[in-house]
Amino acid sequence: MRGPVANLPIVFDGVGLSAGPARILDDVSCTILAGAPTLLIGPNGAGKTTLLRIAMGLVAPTHGHVTWDGREAPPARQAFVFQRPVMLRRSAASNVRYALKVAGIAPATHAQRIGELLALVGLDAVADRPARRLSGGEQQRLALARALARDPAVLFLDEPTASLDPAATKAVEEVIRAVAARGIKVVMSTHDLGEARRLAGDVLMLHRGRVVEAAPAATFFSAPRSQEAASFLAGELLL
Amino acid sequence: MPDNATALQLILSADPALMAIVRLSLIVSLSAVLCASLIGIPLGALIALTRFPGREAVIVLFNALMGLPPVVVGLAVYLALSRSGPLGSFGILFTPQAMIIAQTILVAPIIAALTRQTVEDLWVEYRDELTAMDVGPWARTMTLIWDARFSLVTALLAGFGRAAAEVGAIMIVGGNIDGFTRTMTTAIALETSKGDLPLAVGLGIVLITIVIVINALAWTARRAGERLAG
Repeated sequence: MRGPVANLPIVFDGVGLSAGPARILDDVSCTILAGAPTLLIGPNGAGKTTLLRIAMGLVAPTHGHVTWDGREAPPARQAFVFQRPVMLRRSAASNVRYALKVAGIAPATHAQRIGELLALVGLDAVADRPARRLSGGEQQRLALARALARDPAVLFLDEPTASLDPAATKAVEEVIRAVAARGIKVVMSTHDLGEARRLAGDVLMLHRGRVVEAAPAATFFSAPRSQEAASFLAGELLL
Repeated sequence: MPDNATALQLILSADPALMAIVRLSLIVSLSAVLCASLIGIPLGALIALTRFPGREAVIVLFNALMGLPPVVVGLAVYLALSRSGPLGSFGILFTPQAMIIAQTILVAPIIAALTRQTVEDLWVEYRDELTAMDVGPWARTMTLIWDARFSLVTALLAGFGRAAAEVGAIMIVGGNIDGFTRTMTTAIALETSKGDLPLAVGLGIVLITIVIVINALAWTARRAGERLAG
């Protein structure tokens, strides 16, 4: 993996997204810095996915603007793992090969990279299986391998463990930890507080399309400043 | 009443005249499906993936063209290929080539319309993923056609069904010339009008059998492919 990150910081300045009368994101200003994983938490519908999609450059905000290391255009070296990743109708290895090809990686290195990436996510044993026949957890890990094939500086993950059992969740979290340890900036959403505690370097909490708290993980979990964060941490239902 | 024993006899004895008719029918229809898929699949994918003014009208047009009357296509191709027509200098009226052209025109809209629908549905599923991978328009089109390949088999079969069953267009542009442009459908029409019902029935049985066998082969291939590729 390559060195210093050119995509960061990602700065949101008064960013909003309206869809008809609905405000999905409302006046969001925050900064995503290099370092340990940034976790987006908040209840369903808080705007976590939308914020990730804007940060990836998949959606343009209707208000405010976003910059990546000072530039207006989203950089190439970012990758996204969707909550329900779509497996291409080919083998696990071919899914990774496809991502390598699309990212313009030299074909001579493909076989080796596929081996490395599948080993990293623990799927080397099922390389030749049709991707769509893999279990949910395996598909999620294959999506991670495919995203990493792009050699990203920033990796966005949208609730990567939302529908997985504890064993599959553990496997995915281990990959995420390994990825972060390689110096790739991880930005992921979750509504699982336990997961946020296990992985977060810092936390962005969203509620009803607004950032209600942004803090280093230690501060956030021990001394939340906002009412919403305190309620969420106390396990109350945030509506 | 047709003499069914005679019909069966013709088939079982592999009558050379009958075999020649069967062979020509298959060559014409399969060639037409091949030509039509070379036109229809890229065209369908293009319509599925691009936005332009009048796109909806084009989609409706292609859907309507699936029901193009064969005799009208036959007439149009006849006029184009006849001596005084714009393509008359090729001198291919009343040849198998002319029949292939007519059937290609009949089949291409079916394949284009079904491809358009299939690729568009798949694009809805793949859009986010391919956009995040920054896949360009050309690669995106190829990916969707490749990943839709098993569904596209159905489009090809629909096209083949149309071509194999069709009589109006090839009768007009082929001329039903014995030993040269006579196919199963044109022969059935002729023999029935002549009153040679055993031959007509025999050809009818062969035609239906071939259509079933080809569909069974395509289905098996599709299933096997899906098992291997997911």
